[in-house]
Amino acid sequence: MTNRQPVIAVIGAGIAGLEAAHQLAALGYKPVLIEKAPVVGGHVAEWNRLFPDMTPAAEVLEPLRARAEGIKTLLNTEISAINRLKDEYNIVLGDGTTLLCQAVLFATGFHLFDASRKEEYGYGIYNRVITNRDLEQWFNTRQDSRIDHPKAVGFVHCVGSRDLKAGNAQCSKVCCITAIKQAIEIKEEFPDAEVYCFYMDLRLFGKKYEDFYIRAQRDYGIHFIRGRVSEVGEAIDGRVVVKAEDTLSGRPVKVTLDLLVLMAGIVCNPDARHYAQQIGVARDEDGFLESRNNLDAITESSRPGVFFAGACTGAKTVPETLAEARSAALAIHLYLSKRA
Amino acid sequence: MIYQGKQKIWSDYQKEIPDDHWFYVRSCIRQSFFPASETHFVKIVRDLLGKDLFETPHHTTCGGIAYHSDTIPQETAMTIVARQFALMTEAGYKNLVTSCITSFGNYTEILETWREFPELEARIREHLWKACRREFNKPEYIAHASDIIYMLRGEIAERARYRLVSRATGEPVRVVEHIGCHYSKMFPHKGVGGAEYPCVLSGMVESWGGQVIDYPERRHCCGFGFRQYLVKANRGYSVSNTHKKFESMEPFRPDMIITNCPGCPYFLDRWQYVIAEQTGKTYGQNGHGIPVLTYEELAGLVLGYDPWDLGLQVHQVGPEPLLDKIGIGYDPSRKYLGLNEKDILKPGLPTVLKCC
Amino acid sequence: MDFGFQLSPSSAVNLDTVDRRRYDALVQLEPDALTCIGCGSCSATCTASPWSGMSVRKVLLGLQRGRDGEVDRMLSACMLCGKCSMVCPRGINTRQLILTLCRLDKNGEVVR
Repeated sequence: MTNRQPVIAVIGAGIAGLEAAHQLAALGYKPVLIEKAPVVGGHVAEWNRLFPDMTPAAEVLEPLRARAEGIKTLLNTEISAINRLKDEYNIVLGDGTTLLCQAVLFATGFHLFDASRKEEYGYGIYNRVITNRDLEQWFNTRQDSRIDHPKAVGFVHCVGSRDLKAGNAQCSKVCCITAIKQAIEIKEEFPDAEVYCFYMDLRLFGKKYEDFYIRAQRDYGIHFIRGRVSEVGEAIDGRVVVKAEDTLSGRPVKVTLDLLVLMAGIVCNPDARHYAQQIGVARDEDGFLESRNNLDAITESSRPGVFFAGACTGAKTVPETLAEARSAALAIHLYLSKRA
Repeated sequence: MIYQGKQKIWSDYQKEIPDDHWFYVRSCIRQSFFPASETHFVKIVRDLLGKDLFETPHHTTCGGIAYHSDTIPQETAMTIVARQFALMTEAGYKNLVTSCITSFGNYTEILETWREFPELEARIREHLWKACRREFNKPEYIAHASDIIYMLRGEIAERARYRLVSRATGEPVRVVEHIGCHYSKMFPHKGVGGAEYPCVLSGMVESWGGQVIDYPERRHCCGFGFRQYLVKANRGYSVSNTHKKFESMEPFRPDMIITNCPGCPYFLDRWQYVIAEQTGKTYGQNGHGIPVLTYEELAGLVLGYDPWDLGLQVHQVGPEPLLDKIGIGYDPSRKYLGLNEKDILKPGLPTVLKCC
Repeated sequence: MDFGFQLSPSSAVNLDTVDRRRYDALVQLEPDALTCIGCGSCSATCTASPWSGMSVRKVLLGLQRGRDGEVDRMLSACMLCGKCSMVCPRGINTRQLILTLCRLDKNGEVVR
């Protein structure tokens, strides 16, 4: 384990990039974190608390940030182009400088689905319609005039997920549990509010998720209505009127709400697809980057020297993303060791 | 309401409407329902604004109403439409403008179907040839007549004699806009403003000074629903849909409703009488209903045409409260005089709905 | 005036105005009722269901959607055999729940 000088470009300094960079540094490599935003932390930095234990997001992020402190990190840095050389990659950065590297790790994460594309829900048109991200921001800042002691709040699951018409057939995986988390938080904040979750299926696959759901039902009295919201309108007082079918009773339901939260789904970061295309890395049918295989090589692309960690290959939870970041670091280590 | 949000959506659904040279096809039923609307469309577009608009007496129904009522197969409707295209081609036109929303939907649906299934188009060409020895070119552009008025709304505003504001207070007239289902629900990109927040009518209203009301059941069907009305056993569904809309718009106290479909203004107008008889409830002020106008009628009013020349006396709901609000002059004694001062007879008055 | 047709009654449930007092009273006494996931195990195993339409799932849903009449009709068909409580994956004591519900009137008052 000596004389390791290869440069590894880690694209994206969210939790996947931070953790992978830290692991690579611990293995003796020189990772370079490239981040287009002015700060590290990605989406987790925008979130307030995390399911299923209501852990403050900062508690997860801080150690990751601290451990990555000594690592070369280029903030506010766009990538203009990536070129594939014989067995290296040349990354042209926004300021015109280049970075020659022996391996590239995509830690590019996801984009939240643009909820205004579901026009019938009126995001960006009806004032009381917000997204999961807007609500997290409110949890962080407590500043949003639209959230003022609501008496009735709704959550719409699967906004831009499991939606062929919106071009996203896949399940975004984390929205069900996020909706339950946010519904509980709203109920803690406003105990008198009636809270409704409109879902198609509840997909609560993770550790302690079902317990979280039972608490939402039993301890918080949150109403779960199995039916997808079909349209939203605005009443004369500015509240929103929501229509859905209660599919369990086979009847249409209508409810007037002070706040409607759209659980915007997860789509691939379009930048990631753009870079991947430049170096011949394919995109999978679901629009995310394509792994060498989806069982035992999820962190590897079909191109030598190109690796993945986190949500660039599909929706991931925080622990899954961190586990993949470590796994990708090891995969890169094996790849470079073999070459050396 | 975040108005900029709607503007953003509207910018995604703009049509490049050719500005001249149109082959105009009328509706089967609009001339009985709103006898002066199509005439005034021609007057405004051709005579006043000097556009080239061509009509032929050989034009027939497009078959849309029969198709949507399940009485003819789509291939028959297609052959009828192919014949209209032949008339257009023979007259030397490439842009087709329809008066009827269901025609617009029918033409659009047929062209889209032919695009997907060219063999079907070939078969229809053969049917048409066998039936009447005609051939056709497909139109380069299909617009609904409301698209044309939307396109010309600025020119109409420049020539306007009245603005849609209250003469007494200067406040804008409050307008509910209602779009026919077949305008953009099948093909959102074929409608100005798309299907969820169409701006074809709201754009006219705003240009002419009015204020558009967005109420929860805005997107809901007028209630006609073809078979919901045409089959008498289902007629309760028709009036119930209309009732739902009026209940939803009531708190907004609209002064009028503007529509762009043959069926919608008819049902939104006539069902107010039925609802009033059955429930005792009226939705306008002081026992009146809410006047329901076609976009041609509204354009005509704004331009200063006489309300009775525009045919407003054949509406169930009297337009007088709206005319008074805007300050549009009218002679009550001429209300039931038709063309050439012919007495068209005063109808009996409903027991509940106040009709002036 | 008889037009030969009338406004049709709507099957839609308006959650703004629905009366949930009986349900609210029930879950005060039987909080486990809140954890129903509508899986239908109770109805599938019910001895009365195929003949009478009894369904604990539908009873709980009906209470939340203001369908008191249907709820009472279903309850009257229950034979209290307790089979439903054996299959509930949430462990709701459905037999006890039915007994408690029978003590409540539609305003949620304990009357028996």
